[in-house]
Amino acid sequence: MQAKQQYNFEVVKWFAYMAVVYLVAGTGMGVFIASQLAWPDLNFDNPYISFGRLRPLHTNTVIFAFGGSTLMATAFYVVQRTSGVRLWSDKLAWFTFWGWNLIILGAIITLPLGLTQSKEYAELEWPLDILIAVVWISYMFNFIMTLSIRKVSHIYVANWFFLAMMIMITYLHVVNSLSIPVSMWKSYSIFSGVQDAMIQWWWGHNAVGFFLTAGFLGIMYYFVPKQANRPVYSYRLSVIHFWALVFGYVWLGAHHLQYTALPDWTGSLGAAISLAMIIPSWGGALNGMFTLSGAWDKLRTDYILRFLIVSLAFYAMSTFEGPVMASKTVNALSHYTDWTIGHVHSGALGWVAMVSVGALYHMVERMWGTTMYSVKLVNLHFWMATIGTAIYITAMWVSGIMQGLMWRAYDEYGNLAYTFVESVAQMHPYYAMRAIGGLIFFLGAVVMLFNVTVTIRRAIAKPSAEMATAANI
Amino acid sequence: MAKKSNKRISFQEWVEQNVWGLVLATALVVSVGGIVEIVPLFYLQNTFEDDVYPEYEELQGVRPYTALELAGRDVYQREGCYLCHSQMVRPFRDEKDRYGHYSLAVESKYDHPFQWGSKRTGPDLARVGGKYSDAWHIQHLRDPRSVVPESVMPRYPWLDNATIDGEGMIKRLKAMKVLGVPYSDEEILGAAEAVEGKTEMDALVAYLQVLGTMINFEPGRDYRE
Repeated sequence: MQAKQQYNFEVVKWFAYMAVVYLVAGTGMGVFIASQLAWPDLNFDNPYISFGRLRPLHTNTVIFAFGGSTLMATAFYVVQRTSGVRLWSDKLAWFTFWGWNLIILGAIITLPLGLTQSKEYAELEWPLDILIAVVWISYMFNFIMTLSIRKVSHIYVANWFFLAMMIMITYLHVVNSLSIPVSMWKSYSIFSGVQDAMIQWWWGHNAVGFFLTAGFLGIMYYFVPKQANRPVYSYRLSVIHFWALVFGYVWLGAHHLQYTALPDWTGSLGAAISLAMIIPSWGGALNGMFTLSGAWDKLRTDYILRFLIVSLAFYAMSTFEGPVMASKTVNALSHYTDWTIGHVHSGALGWVAMVSVGALYHMVERMWGTTMYSVKLVNLHFWMATIGTAIYITAMWVSGIMQGLMWRAYDEYGNLAYTFVESVAQMHPYYAMRAIGGLIFFLGAVVMLFNVTVTIRRAIAKPSAEMATAANI
Repeated sequence: MAKKSNKRISFQEWVEQNVWGLVLATALVVSVGGIVEIVPLFYLQNTFEDDVYPEYEELQGVRPYTALELAGRDVYQREGCYLCHSQMVRPFRDEKDRYGHYSLAVESKYDHPFQWGSKRTGPDLARVGGKYSDAWHIQHLRDPRSVVPESVMPRYPWLDNATIDGEGMIKRLKAMKVLGVPYSDEEILGAAEAVEGKTEMDALVAYLQVLGTMINFEPGRDYRE
């Protein structure tokens, strides 16, 4: 029981469990809105569940509820483990937990009511934005203070990534959400037009680059070596790739606005840095994968490790795809199409969700001092997640490229070959296929929730001697 | 904490042992890209076309939205239209043929927030104003598949039943004025009257009908350097 006093895992356990719950909720919502695009009658003529209001709820649930809870669980877990101390403040950690969940509850209520700032991934209205800033700073402050009282001399690499993510998200959230309130639930952005667009995509791409990448690289740097029981492949590579990544990612937002009314220098600069970003991105992916050098056989038996390593494969793939899509020639075709949606999901499902799932299974076993109730179900989940993701992104590649080609096609007389709605009609089979891929991924998440819940219930019912010792690992 | 030694340590060694140093270094490094890309947009003369070409009178045509149009724009935001419809025509031949003249920065200068969008599940709307009749829009919003059978757009029957709150519009125009949108006092005080008895459907259609119509483009003139 001495272990209990050493670390605060209670709050980490709650964040971890809620992350699994939100994974189910967020992907379930995704399946529903994907189905609405294939079968529009599913909007049921009801304002509260129409696509335009539920889509922000889907993105907020997966990014901030699932991704956020995962980041809070893992950062608080890793910082204690690698610093050899308990969290700086238990009370502040609980404030972060309840505050974050209150924000999510706020999102679930306000977004279906149509209360939105209409900035993608920053839809929540100003009262919730203020709450996000306060809770986020409580999270960051507790993390930094825990590092400052650490018992080891060096700050472990995973913590650099968590820290960079926390700092950048603070900048982004505060600047992008600046608005003046008109009433309790309505505000207008203080920026307009071209400047607002640039600030929004500076936020938008760094929600991806920091929230969904730097933070999750932090997860990779702790959980891959831990689960594989091997040291990180290269320390030097991690140093170079850290600084290059956090410096470079910030510039990419402008590639979302190529050929728009944004001045050309900005978009081109964004595209140029995007191309260069493949180096630090692959540096991270390779560093993670090579950690397994000489121990690849573990992948045959360790299903949790499979999640972690396949996530790195998806990470490498989508960070190759990203620079390609940012190049001006490809962007002219891919922008505004489903290819972008496919790209986002190869990152979100393949990389973010898979690495999170691996880390969550790992933490459940360690924190409750047990093994998963069913390893077969972990394996089933792995295959459902992989196959679901593959179906999803393949459908979106085909539909996205087809849209781009149909929109720019000319007939022999020099007229546009297709009306817009002909392209919409062509999308139907792919939208149905995407919904099916998403459904498989979602059902995998349900399997995980079941497996995790049973594992925890059993561990609580039978506190074994093993548990006390396991918690000391 | 750190072992004392006479050897000079590298910067990396130092930040790894000094949390506040790491915080500061990271905070500086991550701020560079945003500063370089965003700040110049507020003062460089080439951001807005009417600054570059003050002699082009048609660029002066961009005006703030009327109270009814602004109410419609708020409905557009609330229903998440921007998630499936962009408002940004790019300078390509096919987009010119399909949608019209490419969009200018000056056209969205009063858009708090911008509505350029990022996805075309439906067509771009930057130049939809005047392309269809009001009656077509109303029918299309009530039941899209009655006029476009292949459409996947939701129906919006509730817009007919909701009326615009006049007092609320006065507040909204005032807020816009604080942000620099040049509304006159008469426009603000007359906002309630301007939307009297109008439904959200009327407002949304008024907004759609003004999109992309404020500038009378001179044929053959290029507005980008």
